[in-house]
Amino acid sequence: MTLIKQIAIFLGLWLLGELISYYSHLPLSGSIIGMLLLVIALELKLIKKKDVKDVSNFLLNNMAMFFIPAGVGLMCHYRVLKLEWLPISVAIIVSAILVLTVVGLIMKKRS
Amino acid sequence: MKELINSPLVHVCLTLVVFIFSKKLQQRYKSPLLNPILITIAVVIGFLLVTDISYEDYKENTQIISFWLAPSVIALGYALYSFLEEIKADFKKIIFSMLAGSTTGIVSVFMIAYLFGASKATMISLAPKSVTTPIAIEVSTQMGGISSLTVAFVIVVGVLGAIFGQSYLRLIGVNDSKSVGLSLGATAHALGTASISERGPDFSAFGGLGMALNGVITAILAPWLIKLLLFLLY
Repeated sequence: MTLIKQIAIFLGLWLLGELISYYSHLPLSGSIIGMLLLVIALELKLIKKKDVKDVSNFLLNNMAMFFIPAGVGLMCHYRVLKLEWLPISVAIIVSAILVLTVVGLIMKKRS
Repeated sequence: MKELINSPLVHVCLTLVVFIFSKKLQQRYKSPLLNPILITIAVVIGFLLVTDISYEDYKENTQIISFWLAPSVIALGYALYSFLEEIKADFKKIIFSMLAGSTTGIVSVFMIAYLFGASKATMISLAPKSVTTPIAIEVSTQMGGISSLTVAFVIVVGVLGAIFGQSYLRLIGVNDSKSVGLSLGATAHALGTASISERGPDFSAFGGLGMALNGVITAILAPWLIKLLLFLLY
């Protein structure tokens, strides 16, 4: 029963996030709004930490796995990837390195 | 038999088993190249090609897995809450680094793709590469990119970040949970965050924060930046 309750809390936050996203026209996805709602609800003690703990840990520990179905979709873009692999891979790799460097060094330098 | 091979049971089972097996493989050999996500994606693609099953069928059959993507993003709120005091103490610096990182990411990927001769649709699809899938799809569609291509790029960045991110950060001397979490979360979203979860709950929390802030900032900035760059280039 506790697991069902915890899952219901998550789905409820998600639904609320989707509704807010839909009606507010904010450029934010329902899940990101749901995340912010969870922080606010925990801070205001509307939701107790123990009421989301187990499911949170389960979801956080397995997050990577939930991406697999989307990742398999790579197979549909064989043609574009073959044609433009050079600009795509250079752009992705260099840009990722730049972001890591900029954020990492700003945080490190000023702390 | 064909019906069974193309069923949710077989596809979910295959995905879970391959994922568990490749995780074991990584634990034993400790090589970042043996990334479980990468291996599982490759094995599943191989399976679909051999059995001649379309991606649409697989996607439909494994909805029970991808359904949990959004709740797992929400769960980051739990990790964030645990470190709220530390975040509040450093709020300005965190926001500044995220604004700089988000702008750098969008502009650099767009310009490099342009200089190397990518098509306009590819450039737009690349722009939101560093954010979590739902936001990336929205930005891409809104600006005239190809949303499924954007999803592919988001995954590629995530997997690359998960494989090489930590080693690179170590190389430039970035080791504390706050800097590592924020920079990997902002670069490689949930996959980057997942790759550092073993280093402690504080790493996860800052990874989640980096991912959330970069998602929010990119959702707001990217459309304007893309418009500006397209105006300057074409």
